[in-house]
Amino acid sequence: MEDFTPIASLIGGILIGLSASMMILLNGRIAGVSGILGGIADAHKSDVPWRMAFLAGLVLSPFAYMLFSQPFAAKLAVPDLQIIIAGLLVGIGSRYGSGCTSGHGVCGIARMSRRSIIATAVFMAAGIATVYITHHMG
Amino acid sequence: MFKKNLSALFAGLLFGIGLILSGMTNPAKVIGFLDIFGDWDPSLMFVMIGAIGVSFFAFRKASGLSLSLIKEQMQLPTARQIDLPLIIGAVLFGIGWGLVGLCPGPAIASIATGGFEVLLFVIAMLIGMAIYRLLKR
Repeated sequence: MEDFTPIASLIGGILIGLSASMMILLNGRIAGVSGILGGIADAHKSDVPWRMAFLAGLVLSPFAYMLFSQPFAAKLAVPDLQIIIAGLLVGIGSRYGSGCTSGHGVCGIARMSRRSIIATAVFMAAGIATVYITHHMG
Repeated sequence: MFKKNLSALFAGLLFGIGLILSGMTNPAKVIGFLDIFGDWDPSLMFVMIGAIGVSFFAFRKASGLSLSLIKEQMQLPTARQIDLPLIIGAVLFGIGWGLVGLCPGPAIASIATGGFEVLLFVIAMLIGMAIYRLLKR
């Protein structure tokens, strides 16, 4: 464990919490990314622009971050087929299970939803099992 | 209308900066967090502590409001039941998250900087969401 970053992670988490607070107190909505994105196709017309605005903010966030800090880029070190399978599972799973790390893991737990607490425990366990299988077996 | 779009844009920016700063957009860090039987990096636990610690108070305040502070309808989820779709969906999501180390927020926040691989992940994720929509009908 060489790169333990409790302070940066805590500060990042606080910003995420402030964003979720803004969304619920100002807009009256849950800041769940899979719901905001996946729900666009079925959303009422008046709900499409704010969803697009939130997603635009997410897409632009690295540029805002780079105004103050080092350039940032996510690095994926797995085969393309694994990326495709993972993306499909994340897409289907987050919609079928009504949420992802943001909707269930942050907003759901913060409002003490039993459904979200259980969903979070289940996807964490599935993620832990997947990493165990792909990194420590075979 | 304008207010709610502007606040959503700002919330998205803040959310993304939080994801980047916290390490959630670094797949290696996510894998390290999920690798509890290996070289475990518990950093991302602090993301949840920070995020939940702050938004807990906002949701408590929100539960007593009938309209939001800019007069929007409050839309809190109403589902309560622990059913099979919730569990199966969470299992599929967790497997996908563990396979690559990306979930929806960080993936979208990395589209502009993450190159071909991130784009591939996001396209597959959108196809997955479309498949769900077709199956639901």
